[in-house]
Amino acid sequence: MEHTRLTLFAGHYGSGKTNIAVNYAMLLAEEGKKVCIADLDIVNPYFRTKDSEEELTEKGITLISPRYANTNVDLPALPAESYRLVQDKSIYGVIDIGGDDRGAYALGRFSEAIKAEDNYRMAFVINRFRPLTSTVEDTVEIMREIEAAAGIRFNCIVNNSNIGTETTADTVLESVKFAEELSLATGLPIWLHTVEKDIAKEISGIPILPLKLQKKYFDLPD
Amino acid sequence: MAERILMKGNEAIAEAAIRSGCRHYFGYPITPQTEIAAYMAKKMPKIGGVFLQAESEIASINMVYGAAAAGMRVMTSSSSPGISLKTEGLSYIAGSDVPALVVNVQRGGPGLGGIQPSQSDYFQATKGGGHGDYRMIVLAPASVQEMASLTMKGFDLADKYCVTSMILADGTIGQMMEPITFEDAEPNVYDKPWALTGTECKRPHNVVNSLYLKPDQLEKKNFERFEKYAEIEKNEAMWEEYMMDDAEICVVAFGIASRIAKNAVAEARKAGIKVGLIRPITLWPFPTQALRAAADKVKAFISVELNMGQMIEDVKLATENKRPVTLCNRTGGMIPTPDEVLAAINKAEKGEF
Repeated sequence: MEHTRLTLFAGHYGSGKTNIAVNYAMLLAEEGKKVCIADLDIVNPYFRTKDSEEELTEKGITLISPRYANTNVDLPALPAESYRLVQDKSIYGVIDIGGDDRGAYALGRFSEAIKAEDNYRMAFVINRFRPLTSTVEDTVEIMREIEAAAGIRFNCIVNNSNIGTETTADTVLESVKFAEELSLATGLPIWLHTVEKDIAKEISGIPILPLKLQKKYFDLPD
Repeated sequence: MAERILMKGNEAIAEAAIRSGCRHYFGYPITPQTEIAAYMAKKMPKIGGVFLQAESEIASINMVYGAAAAGMRVMTSSSSPGISLKTEGLSYIAGSDVPALVVNVQRGGPGLGGIQPSQSDYFQATKGGGHGDYRMIVLAPASVQEMASLTMKGFDLADKYCVTSMILADGTIGQMMEPITFEDAEPNVYDKPWALTGTECKRPHNVVNSLYLKPDQLEKKNFERFEKYAEIEKNEAMWEEYMMDDAEICVVAFGIASRIAKNAVAEARKAGIKVGLIRPITLWPFPTQALRAAADKVKAFISVELNMGQMIEDVKLATENKRPVTLCNRTGGMIPTPDEVLAAINKAEKGEF
């Protein structure tokens, strides 16, 4: 897989951006790259890149995260270290952008520099089993809102269609058609399909990024 | 079967409300329930509904009061501190006998507290909260699917009895994602001859009001209202029993605490401990009959709660203190692990109370 210096993941909240960003950063680190992952989510105080801090640190990945992430301080402020992403060209940067257009405003601060350097992927993460992105029309609407807020256009699609613990290989394969329709409607290529790593083993013929899912506090029975 | 979709608990409430025919949402943002408002903001304009972010919680609950008086299916949602602000309106709505749905996705308290999950508004929801003699039907979902089904049920019960139904959820169920299904069904429609819909000079005026100038009239109204509440207590209590058939220890837990407790009960069963779970689905009316029946069979109760011990008082009342009742709790946004509940079960098994 060819990597750009910066990789940005954005999409409707709950589409799986954080899991994908963390796994992609791990992949880069395993290939020997110097990696920095940034959690630019200024909207959602839960389910964050910081939840994987220990594992990221073990792999030598630098984590940039809002200072008050995972605390009760619901403060939408970016840390000063965020500038390293655009200024330090020796690193591979993975950027996890918050949900929807409100979250993407944070990226606006960096979008000019990112576009000027022109070595980035801006990936639109989709899950067609989420209620507000279940049709191509609704998904494009959310995509345009994010682009307008971020000041940067998407240049590829990541299909993370899943139904949580009930996801099977068929779930992914059936969602390929939806991703292709979205690709046709937007002119954006599908970069990757993503799914939990054990399920990924059952799938061939499409570009897959297997995901090791972030750990949960505990599993809940029905 | 309809397609499975992956939803956050908060989204499930919003979608279920829309499918129940709710076209009026008035709210004010607060973590951890903001996705309800965000979902409504996105969807309502597309289906001819009203999404309105009011200037405050107090304004939004009074907008609910107004729309309810006009016979609309209407709702608001908030989280603990916001619900405190809404309680004046809740009392007026109860005093006027109009139906509404109110959602509380609880967070840690008291005061501004924190944004992590909690069940510490149990007293506020089940014992009144606002002033005066009144009750609300309180529904406690334990899964994302139930966030949807109990929202639908809540609208129906509210319309049937002209009361407020409250969905008492918590930050965990509001935020977590699970696959769910919506069955295709038309919403139930209830006659509302009392509604303020305009007389067109064809009928006498309807009046929706909670002010009574004469105390004997207010007393009469309160007596009548409590006859209605007695009907609800008789007919509408809901609960789930899990492994209770031969149980000697009974865990009582609602909402997210019940999901955790279920893990612990299953673990304890593997170790041969005869333990079961009663999960109240309605917190008011409290499933007194289920607890009373269990009190004749088991030797102890454990109340598992995300607060300092609130439901435990209703457990003691329902069981008339026939058996010891212990508390297994975390608070302030902390959640007990299944192991902590298991430890409480082990203690009860050994007769340590």
